[in-house]
Amino acid sequence: MAERGTNRSPETGAFFQRDRQWHPPAFTPNYKSSVLRSPQKALLSFDNTLSELTGPVFGHAMLGELDNDLIHNFAKAGESAIGERIIVHGRVFDERGKGVPGVLLEFWQANAGGRYRHKKDGYLAPLDPNFGGCGRTITGEDGGYAFRTVRPGPYPWPNGPNDWRPAHIHFSVFGHGFAQRLITQMYFEGDPLIWRCPIVGGISNKEAIEALIASLDMQSTIPMDALAYKFDIVLRGRRSTLFENRPEGN
Amino acid sequence: MAQSLDRLKESPSQTAGPYVHIGLTPNFCGIGGVYASDLGSTMLNGETRGERIELRIRVLDGTGTPLKDALIEIWQADAAGFYNSPAELRGTADPNFLGWGRQPTDMETGVCLFRTIKPGRVPFRDGRLMAPHITLWIVARGINLGLHTRLYFSDEEKANAEDPILARIEHRLRVPTLIAERQGDAYVFDIHLQGEKETVFFDS
Repeated sequence: MAERGTNRSPETGAFFQRDRQWHPPAFTPNYKSSVLRSPQKALLSFDNTLSELTGPVFGHAMLGELDNDLIHNFAKAGESAIGERIIVHGRVFDERGKGVPGVLLEFWQANAGGRYRHKKDGYLAPLDPNFGGCGRTITGEDGGYAFRTVRPGPYPWPNGPNDWRPAHIHFSVFGHGFAQRLITQMYFEGDPLIWRCPIVGGISNKEAIEALIASLDMQSTIPMDALAYKFDIVLRGRRSTLFENRPEGN
Repeated sequence: MAQSLDRLKESPSQTAGPYVHIGLTPNFCGIGGVYASDLGSTMLNGETRGERIELRIRVLDGTGTPLKDALIEIWQADAAGFYNSPAELRGTADPNFLGWGRQPTDMETGVCLFRTIKPGRVPFRDGRLMAPHITLWIVARGINLGLHTRLYFSDEEKANAEDPILARIEHRLRVPTLIAERQGDAYVFDIHLQGEKETVFFDS
């Protein structure tokens, strides 16, 4: 069975083992919310079964015209969100360095003042009536994606007495297998708050943190309109099935 | 030095945070007009084959308090045991069932409700059948990397007894942490993040 709309054979190999030293551990006490929400017992490890290898397909047809434009997708006609206009673009790869097409990317963020449109957010910075804060897109054949938004503001949060989140955009990444499911956050090059953040600090490896920092990309800006940041994302790679035993007879 | 393997590292995870709803269920949290509906909120239509069931899932922290800001995604086979996925090579799944759903926990009660069908059995890697199950992925504020586990069914005792994944659980008293209790047409399932009743989470 070929993948929908292409003549590629679907890949069915198991995913590479996740490097749990590279990810933040469950228990990161400087991020207080993790203390009572972190499993403490050993995980049950096993090679992927069909339940982890498979995953749903999201077609480009589900996307609305403004889904990848946060400047306009919540704004009144003729108006737009307030803030530093930016384009965020990049590619989704897997660990083998292959671009991954058909990945559903969903993003959400605070407005330019650092305020979320959510009833649980009581920060005194005002809401922007023209900014909702969500968007989505699906990667193209080479794994590429892009969207427009405003740069989110940093904001204080109740953790330590004076903790601030660096400016960030949340990304939900839906690859081909359910075992690739990932949520992460994108930070901005040069933001000094990155290195003071208890959530970022849950990641112990500096190189891993740097993998979440988008670079200013002057070659992708639109003059007199928007700056641009490049943010690549990497999903788990998968083994070749060439040498795998397939006793179920595929 | 030997040759480089030229592999990339997976992007490190970061918590979904308290405002995950804005991105993944915007209509649920009052951001209307951007998407027609929240993705994954409806799993069934009139043509979907299989026994209608309801899942009532809660996620409890180390004090036993239900999380009210979590989000759960489920992934399952159709009633005949086929996944609606390009990587499903054994046959074609029910075209009226994607098998994927997404729901937030209720902001007052902490209950996460899915209306779906009972999945069929899917083979393990060696061809033995696994018991009917649903894969779960749980994210929330305070969870640094999405948690992966499964929901099995209390009225599938025989299948559960021969399930190759359940069989791998060394401490047998933890097996029930993966089994949802049938109550009428519903299955009730509590996920314990910590403590004596900590759910068995997976690394797969």
